[in-house]
Amino acid sequence: MIKITDQPINITEVIELVNASGAGAIDVFIGTVRNKTQEKQVTRLEFEAYDGMAVKEMQKIAESAKSKWPVQKIAIYHRKGVLEIGEVAVVIAVSTPHRKDAFEACQFAIDTLKQTVPIWKKEVFEGGEEWVSAHP
Amino acid sequence: MEVNILAFGIAREIMGKQNLVLEIPNQSTVKELLEIIEMQFPKLKDLASMTIAINEEYVKEEREIKAMDEIAIIPPVSGG
Repeated sequence: MIKITDQPINITEVIELVNASGAGAIDVFIGTVRNKTQEKQVTRLEFEAYDGMAVKEMQKIAESAKSKWPVQKIAIYHRKGVLEIGEVAVVIAVSTPHRKDAFEACQFAIDTLKQTVPIWKKEVFEGGEEWVSAHP
Repeated sequence: MEVNILAFGIAREIMGKQNLVLEIPNQSTVKELLEIIEMQFPKLKDLASMTIAINEEYVKEEREIKAMDEIAIIPPVSGG
């Protein structure tokens, strides 16, 4: 249950995807568009993805989470295109028998996504723009 | 041989397009390809990192490029 989409993400739909009879907990991470970076006012974000590879890398994260924790189900949805302040960029939902594993697996998934999945974010400010993390 | 290269994010902007056709020596490695690309687009050297994916997988620098490979330039990722 992995998806890159240029449409708004339906959070409830992602959560329902991971509901399982063996699960006693569902942990959900929702990444949203913040209005500033350090002191700069952000007006919008633009996400670009290498779709095929991004899906493969997200699939690897799901498999890896399943090998480390007793994950019943996991869903990772990432948005691309232009996003306004407050919009949802990423949703990760993980179900496990007990809550501790759900928290840990979900944190692992978002932390790894930020390091490995080929998706790029450009911040657009008043009078400028910048690809996040591009330069040292 | 001729290879097709995909570029994303800031690399796409520096190179001015998403798809680039390059002539490279046969049996070039990923490392050599990166050097050729950086020579053509010196601004790529200013990036925090730049790596190559082949056929949608991260690869090592010693990997040899083949004519039918799908090659992509991966600047620092920033999803989430």
